[in-house]
Order: sequence, then C-alpha cells, then structure tokens
Amino acid sequence: MKSFLKFFLIISFFCLKVSFISAAEQTEKLLNPGWGFKGFFGKFDRGSLQRGYQVYTEVCAACHSMKYLSYRNLSETGGPEFTKDQVKAIASQFEVNDGPNDDGEMFTRPARPADNFVSPYPNEKAAIAANGGAYPPDMSVLVKARKGGADYIYSLLLGYEDPPSGLSLDDGVYYNKYMAGNKIKMSNPLSDGLVEYGDGTSATPEQMAKDVTTFLVWAAEPHLEARHKIGFRAIIYLIILSILVYFSMKKIWSRVESKI
Amino acid sequence: MSDHEYIPKSKLGKWFNDRLPILTLANHLTEYPTPKNLNYWWTFGGILTFCLITQIVTGLILAMHYVAHADLAFGSVEHIMRNVNYGWLIRYVHANGASMFFLAVYIHIFRSLYYGSYKSPREIIWILGMIIYILMMATAFMGYVLPWGQMSFWGATVITNLFSAIPLVGESIVTWLWGGYSVDNPTLTRFFSLHYLFPFLILGLVVLHIWALHVPGNNNPIGIDVKKPSNDTVSFHPYIVIKDLFALLIFLIVFAFFVFYSPNILGHADNYIEANPLVTPAHIVPEWYLLPFYAILRSVPDKLLGVIAMFAALFILVILPWLDTSKIRSAIFRPLYKQFYWFLVADVLILGYMGAMPAEGVYLLVARVATAYYFLHFLVILPILGAKEKTLEVPLSITEPVLGGSATTSMTRNNLDKNKI
Repeated sequence: MKSFLKFFLIISFFCLKVSFISAAEQTEKLLNPGWGFKGFFGKFDRGSLQRGYQVYTEVCAACHSMKYLSYRNLSETGGPEFTKDQVKAIASQFEVNDGPNDDGEMFTRPARPADNFVSPYPNEKAAIAANGGAYPPDMSVLVKARKGGADYIYSLLLGYEDPPSGLSLDDGVYYNKYMAGNKIKMSNPLSDGLVEYGDGTSATPEQMAKDVTTFLVWAAEPHLEARHKIGFRAIIYLIILSILVYFSMKKIWSRVESKI
Repeated sequence: MSDHEYIPKSKLGKWFNDRLPILTLANHLTEYPTPKNLNYWWTFGGILTFCLITQIVTGLILAMHYVAHADLAFGSVEHIMRNVNYGWLIRYVHANGASMFFLAVYIHIFRSLYYGSYKSPREIIWILGMIIYILMMATAFMGYVLPWGQMSFWGATVITNLFSAIPLVGESIVTWLWGGYSVDNPTLTRFFSLHYLFPFLILGLVVLHIWALHVPGNNNPIGIDVKKPSNDTVSFHPYIVIKDLFALLIFLIVFAFFVFYSPNILGHADNYIEANPLVTPAHIVPEWYLLPFYAILRSVPDKLLGVIAMFAALFILVILPWLDTSKIRSAIFRPLYKQFYWFLVADVLILGYMGAMPAEGVYLLVARVATAYYFLHFLVILPILGAKEKTLEVPLSITEPVLGGSATTSMTRNNLDKNKI
C-alpha cells in the first residue's frame, strides 16, 4: 500500500500545482461571504436565488442580457424553483419578436416560459452605444468566465471606492479595487434599499450582492445541485467497488508468490 | 506469445476459428504471459485504453448536439450544458477526460523512462507511443478550439501562426491551414472534422502499440528479459485484469472528483467568453498538458528557432532508444541515471510552470535554463552515462535473483524491495 501513498501524493501535488497557478495572479484578496453551494453537499439557498433573480431583473437586466436562459428554467428543480404559474406571469411581462405570421408580417407577443430571456438591447452594437463604449457582458456564464468566480463577482459589486488621490478618472469611469486596472465603466449598481424584497429581508448592498451572485452561479451552472448529488453517489460507489475489487485481487494473487 | 496451438472446444467454435481465428486471438490475450513483478505504474496502459474509449464515446454524443459554426458553436455548447439530458455530465467528462488522459499518458511515459522500457527490443512500441502522444496533443488542441471561446480562438491563432515561421512558404501555409486570412469559420469546421478523425487514428495506433508489445512481452521493474511462460510470469487474465481494474477504479475516483466537484479548475475562465477577434486576452495560455512545450517555444528569442526547438523537444523523444546507450534497462540498477531521471522530472515540471507564467524577467531566465537542461539531458547526459556509469549487478530472474549469495545479492534485494511499488 506504500505505492498508493506515493500515487496519491503525486496526484495531490499535481492538483495543488494547478490551483497555485490559477491563484498566483490574483492581487487583491477577494471577499467570500460563505457560499452554501460549495463543497460535497453544496446546495443553493432557494430564497437567495429568488431574491437574486429579483435583483437581476430589476437592476442588472437594464443593461446585461442573459440570452442562454429561458424563463422555464426559473421553475426547474435545482434553480429558484418559482411555481409554473409564477414563471408564466414573469414571462408575460416581456415582449418578444415573433413571426412571420401567415400574412408574412413580424409581430410582437408576450413571452412564454419556453422563450429565452429577452435581451435589453437588440444587438451588441446597440448595447455598446448605450453604455459609453463598453459592452455589458452577457450574464449567462459570467461567473465561469471570470477568474475567482462567485467571490470575484461578489467582491466587484462591493468594491467601489473613491479613487486614490492623484488618480483622475474620465467621465463615466469608476474606481473599483477588484477590477483589473481598477477602472470600470459600470457605475456602482447597488445601494441600500434599492430593491424591496418580498420576504422582508433587508436589502443591504451585501445582501443584494450575495443574492444576485448566487443567482448568477445558478445561471452559469443550472445543474450544480444534480452534479453534487450524483458526484457524491458516484464517488461512494467507486470507493465501495474498489474495496471489493481490492479483496478479490488479494484473493486471486494469493495463488502466486508475489507481492502486489 | 504462447506457443501451443489453441483449439476451441465446441464444434461451432472450431468451424468459426478455422475461418477467422478470433478465438485464438482472445485466447492469446487472456493467456498472455505477463511478468508477475509489475508494479502499479504498469497499470496505466489499461487506464489509457479506458481514457481513449471514454473520450470517443462521450465525443460521439457531444457531436450529436454540437454545431460547428463560428456563430453557433458557443451557444450549442451552452445548449449541451443546459438542455441536453445529462449533457453537462457528458461534456465535463469529455473536457476533464482530456486532462486525465494526459495525466495518465505522462505517468505512462515517465514510467517507461524510469524502467528503460523503450530500449531494445521495444523501440517500435516506444515510437508508436510517441506518435500516439503527438496525435493526442494535436487532437486535444483542436478539441479545445471547438467551444469557440476566447482561449479557443486565440490559442488557435497563436499555435497556427507558428507555421508562419517557416521561411518563404510560412505565410501561405498558415492561410492554407486557416482556410482564409484569419482564424474563422473554415478553421473551426476543419478542426471539428479532424478532431473527429484523429481519435480513430489513435485507436488504430493503439492496436499496433499493443500488438508490438505482445511480441517481446512487457518489460518489468527489474528490466531483465523474462522467460515466458515460466515461474516469472502470470497469465493476463485474471491476474493483470483484476489489478488493472483496481488501479482504474482508484484513478476514476480522482477523475470523478474533478468532473463533479471542480469541473472547470483545469480550464481557463476566458474560454467561457465567446470568441471575439477584436479583443485579445491578457494572457494566452494553452491547456496545462502543453505548457512544457509552450515554455520551450517561448524561451528561444527567435521565432523560427523557437518552433524548431519545440518540435525538436518532441523528436528527441522519438529517437530516445538510440540516445540512451546503456544496456541496463531499469533505473534500479543505474544509480546515476536514477538521479538524472528525477532531475528531468523536476525540469519538466518547472518548464510546465514557466509555460503558465508571463515570458519575462526571472520566469524567462528560468525557462531558458530549464530548456537547455532538457536538451542536455537527452543529447549529452544519456549518451555519456551509458558509457561511463557503473551499474549495479542485475539478478538473473524475477523469482530468484540468483547471484551466488554475495554481498551484491542482498544489495540487489534491498533495492528491489525499495523499488517495489
């Protein structure tokens, strides 16, 4: 069994090395409010996801699209789990272009749960033009597209500060200590009481940042809960099977005078 | 190979086997005499076969849902992740499977280096293995382009641009590779086509690799020739099968950990941003398994020489059986080689680390020293070592290291125990 110690040491060294490489470039230490969705049994906080959707749709969605999600996703298991009727009501607030109809005309209709999230701008150029030359990135996989993931998004939302003396910023540029280069074209999106939570949670910037980040993690990884659940079972199964195979192996090799 | 003629027991079996001797082949594979002292480093051949099949099966399913088009590829990957039943699982197994494949292949290669498995009479096995390894890198690189994220696009741009270093025809070759004047839709579709083809080439080469292995049989930790079948060997089934299965299960636990709990840790965050030809990422970094070669490429100041150095680093491995002049296979009996071996391992790890760092200042300096040492190891140290090194006495057989009870015997035995893993 000495061999296995060695084997595992090498594997873990390899894993460590990988995580060191990814950690090496981070300068400012990211904030971490403690995420419930991490770890072996990590699950989303349903309330947080629903509040997060509210923050997204009332604040972020003014500029940021989320084009790979559909309204129906909001009622699926492992997500915010709104009821089907709630999702119908949510979807119907948006207008989508459809067509052509039998007369060959394009028309607009209220969105249905099967429709993708309606984007705030008709195209990328329009988004850039409306936002001072900066493209508000699509939020579907934003958490996975940023080094530091959830911690980074959470920190960025709370990282707005007055610029240090001597640094002058152009109009429409803001100082954020977590942004690469510290200059960001998005103004501080969160302020105390910006949204009114239906469940009575007080809408502090920290609370809103945590909720909306949780929502974005789910948006980027809608099957995270299923993944954790299946993963745990798979690993337990593999461990039990390898113990059984280990003893079969011992038995079979006992016929041969040789160590294994 | 076992010498006795195999005759199937049933009449139908015999009738069939006379026309297509597939039962003889199956019999050969199960009876195949294997040295009984193989340690766990020898289980990676089986693990690699598993990896290849996993990649092919998951890849087939992904190809059913993936759309190879510059405007649609990124979205189709998201479609797989969100809407296809268990698509997330299949894609994460495929993406992490590539990394696990390379992890296993590096262990397999370094095992061969330690125990001298590439030496006569196994040169062809080694060369086939190296061709497989090079094809694997090409396949993995093209696969990484398919999601059409930022790293896909810019990685493809950087790597294909290497060919522009070729004098006179370089630029034309790059245009030909791209199918246009930049990495674009034609590049994506041909990469998809080749990414689908190459695994089957690899599969064919793996068959040859195993065929070539079954002619002389396995090397073993002591590195001596084994009489087959004899007291020194066991049949492949059930002894090696069950051992390979056990090792595979342990490997799968590590694999599952990556797939289920950190599926994106081995990738780069930028690849979740859709490819944009107008925005260059701050650092263009290839996947981890290509980093040592990337470091060699960048450590040479001249572009053409850098490309030559990178390909030379691979080619040097192909001709390794003739660079290592020592007649003794296993490092167990080569005290000096053993030390240089570990220097090489460290050197490659350092190169890998430097490949991930920006090519400047102290990183660049270290990468240059490590590159020089890499070539020094193969071109100078190995040939000289073969001639000068004082090797230990090698036992005559696996079962009984018959050396006549001298002091060397116990030393050999001690060494054996120490290295039995």
